[in-house]
Amino acid sequence: MTPEDAEALRILVQARSGVMVNPANTYQIETRLGPIARREGAGGIGELIGVIRTGRDERLMWAVTEAMVCTETWFFRDVEPFDRLKHEVLPTLSASRDRPIRLWSASCATGQEAWSMAMCVTEARGLRSDARIELFASDLSEAGLQKAQSGLYTQFEAQRGLPIRMLLRYFEKQDEMWQVRSELSRAVRWRRINLLSDLTPLGEMDVIFCRNTLAQFDKNSRRRVLEQFRAMLAEDGYLFLGAAERADDIEGFFPTSLNGLYRRRPAQQVQAA
Amino acid sequence: MRTCLVVDDSRVIRKVAGRIIEDMGFEVAEAGDGMEALAWCRAAMPDTIILDWNMPVMNGIEFLKALRAEPEGRAPNVIMCSVENEPARILEALEAGADEFIMKPFDGEIILSKLSIARAQR
Repeated sequence: MTPEDAEALRILVQARSGVMVNPANTYQIETRLGPIARREGAGGIGELIGVIRTGRDERLMWAVTEAMVCTETWFFRDVEPFDRLKHEVLPTLSASRDRPIRLWSASCATGQEAWSMAMCVTEARGLRSDARIELFASDLSEAGLQKAQSGLYTQFEAQRGLPIRMLLRYFEKQDEMWQVRSELSRAVRWRRINLLSDLTPLGEMDVIFCRNTLAQFDKNSRRRVLEQFRAMLAEDGYLFLGAAERADDIEGFFPTSLNGLYRRRPAQQVQAA
Repeated sequence: MRTCLVVDDSRVIRKVAGRIIEDMGFEVAEAGDGMEALAWCRAAMPDTIILDWNMPVMNGIEFLKALRAEPEGRAPNVIMCSVENEPARILEALEAGADEFIMKPFDGEIILSKLSIARAQR
C-alpha cells in the first residue's frame, strides 16, 4: 500500500462517515481491509484501494468504509452510564411521560451497548406501571449490525463486562456461543444509520447513547452530529458520550456530574446565552 | 496492598493469571489445590481468590464450601475460573458461594472485568 493509497482511503472514509483514519496505522488498515481484499479476489490492499480510487464500485466503497469504522466494544462499558440509566434516568423520565420513553444507541457497533441498555430497561425499578419504552439501535456498519441483531456472542465477548448472573438470565448457551434470549431480543429495533445523514426522520429521543464514537470524527462532522442530537433530544433528555468526550462546546448542552453525560439546556436559556 | 490467591493445579495457569493480577496491583499467592488454598486462607485471608474447579486432593467446590464455613470465610471475593461452561454447572458454583465465574480460556480483559464486577457487587 503506497502513501497515496492510504491518503485515498482516508479521504473516502472521512467523506462518507466523518471518521478520521490514520494513514500511518497500516496495521489497522491491513487487519480490517485484508478480509475484503481476499473476498473480492484482489491481490492485496493496494489493489483493493486501486479499485476504490476509480470511484466506480459504490458497493465496495461502502464495504471499505464500514470495515474501517467498526469499533470494538463490550457489555456495560464503563458501568456508571448504565447504572445512571437504570437507577436515575429511566425512573425520572417515566414519572414525566405519558408517551413511550424513546432510547437510542446511535453507534452500537456489534450490539453490546444496545443489549446492555435493554437489560437496564428490564431491571429498572420505580417506573410507572404503564411506562412504555422503545429502544432503537443503529450503526453505519452492516456487518456490525448483523452481528448485533443476531445477539450471538463468543465466550470471550460474553464475558467482557457482563456479570455471570446476567449472562445466565439473559442469554442461553448454543454450542460454544451465547445467544440473547428471545424475550430480550424483542426489546430492540435495529437500523443502519449514517450519523452524517439527516436524522430528523427518527423523531424525538429521550436518551441518546453515542459513546466513544465522535472522538474519531473530524471536527465539522462531530459538530454536525452533535447539533442534530441537540435538535432531536427532548428538552429534559440525556446524551451519553464517552467519558473523555465533550459536548459543552455545542450551545444547548450542559455537563452533569458524570463525565460524558450531558443534558439539553432549556430553550429559554439557549436564547439568553 | 490487596491480596489475591490463585488456586489452580496448572502451574502455567497460576503464572499467567498471577502476572495479570499482579499488574492490577495485587500481591499474589499461589496454591495447587483446595487443601493448600484452605491452609493459606486460615493463615491470612486474601481479598480475592481466583479458583479452579477440577483439582486433585480438594476440588474448587469443596474448597469453596469449606472456605465459606470459616469464621472469616465470607470476606474474600471468589471468582471461579474453569473449563466448565454449562449453565447448570455455573449455577452450582454460584450456589456454593462463588461471586463471579470465568469460563476458560480467558484473557487479561476478562480477568480485569470480572474482578471489577465482583468488587462492585459487594
